[in-house]
Parts: sequence; C-alpha cells; structure tokens
Amino acid sequence: MNTNMMRFAFSSQSRNEAFARVTVASFVSQLDPTMDELTEIKTVVSEAVTNSIIHGYNSDPDQMITIICTLSDDEVELIIQDEGVGIPDVDEAMEPLYTSKPDLERSGMGFTIMENFMDHVYVHSTEGEGTTVTMNKQFNRSKAMSQ
Amino acid sequence: MGLTVDYELKETILLARLNGELDHHTASELKESWQLALQQPGIKHMVLNLESLSFMDSSGLGVILGRYKELKAEGREMVVCSLTPAVDRLFQLSGLFKIIRFEENERYALETFGVVLS
Repeated sequence: MNTNMMRFAFSSQSRNEAFARVTVASFVSQLDPTMDELTEIKTVVSEAVTNSIIHGYNSDPDQMITIICTLSDDEVELIIQDEGVGIPDVDEAMEPLYTSKPDLERSGMGFTIMENFMDHVYVHSTEGEGTTVTMNKQFNRSKAMSQ
Repeated sequence: MGLTVDYELKETILLARLNGELDHHTASELKESWQLALQQPGIKHMVLNLESLSFMDSSGLGVILGRYKELKAEGREMVVCSLTPAVDRLFQLSGLFKIIRFEENERYALETFGVVLS
C-alpha cells in the first residue's frame, strides 16, 4: 500500500477557511479524483474548519486548527482538530438542522453535509479539551468497480 | 478568491448576482451588503442569481435562508435561480427546496415577478 501524508496548522481565522480547503484539495488531487469528489472534499473541510472556528473557539482568532490528510491507494483520510471548548452532546450536534448558534444564521447542516459527502465521519470531542473530526472517503468508486 | 456581489434594480425587483466563493468568511460581508441593498426604497421582491458561484457550504445556506426569512416576514419574496449542480445538491440536502422558490434562469425568475426584459 502506498501511503502519503501531510499535516498543516493555521490560525482560527475565517479567512483561512478558503486556504484550508484549497490546500487539502491540492494534496488530494494526486489521487485523480473527479470534479465532484474534489468539490465534496473542499466542502467538508470548509464545514469542519468553520465548526472549529465558530463553535470550538467561539471565534477567537488566535487559536490553532490542525489538519492531517493521509492518502492510501484510492482512499483519503482527513483529520481536523481543534483544542477548543468541545461538544457536550455529539449526537445532538450531528442531527440535521441542529445548531447551538441560531443567532449567527447557522444552518445546522454542517455535519449532515460531512456525512453525505464522505463514507465515514467520526467525531471525538471532550469538553474543555477540543474536538477531532475524522473522515474517510474512497475515490473513483465506479472506476475501481469496473476493473 | 473571495466573493463579489452585483446588485441591480429591475423595476421593483432587486437582482443580486454572486460571483466566487460563499463560505463563513464571505457570508458575513455578504449579509451586510445584502441587508443594505434591500433597504433601498421601492424594492418589493428579489431574485438571487447563483450562476457564477464556484463554491458554497452550509454558511451560504444560512445567509440565504436568513434573508429569505427577513423578506418573508415583510411579505416579500425571494426567488433563487441558475444553480450549479454542486449548489443544487446542497439545497436538496438541506430541504430548502421545499421552502424557497427556485427558477431555472434569471430571465424567467424576473418574468415571474412581471419584469419583462427586452
């Protein structure tokens, strides 16, 4: 199995959301994903990073978010970590349309989008310590099946 | 990359065209300019054209739904048109298709408000 990995960290500022998703998409491009798959990856990175900024760090711009991306054959694993306040009830947070911040016009669709666009989404969170979102996706499913 | 917005008045209809990427960062700027644009006198309804939106995430859904609700509370309507497949998918997932009216293109969306372009 050929494994290729990268890791980067950046300040919890909203301007870095675009940087994070473009950086991951650029790395993932090695697997020759379709345009749809690349859009899915960009979207889930954006969702997880936005969650860390708004919820994990309550929009404090001086904290750090880490992304680890591992490519193995046709599969991508994404780990997005913050050391923020954590999520008291992960199951509730992952329910469609649930938001803890309705006043900020959050749609409550972040985790639903992540679950729809990726094969697996796993959220580990400890109050006061932070949240780690781990997501996996196999690329080129149809290509692999036709072989 | 970022996001730019063109606002145009077509008779009593505010037409807004989004270009670029709509995420949490650009959504907050968009909300401000959008609310200002809607305060112009004489505007009844609005059309939101998403043809040139190259990226959107759930923050985009939030800011669009937010304006939709404000307009609706005042008895005004918002129609969204020209969705790209990726943006279309987000609206499907979120169920907003059942709430907001969508039209295929800008011309037709404006026509539904009685604005006929020459």
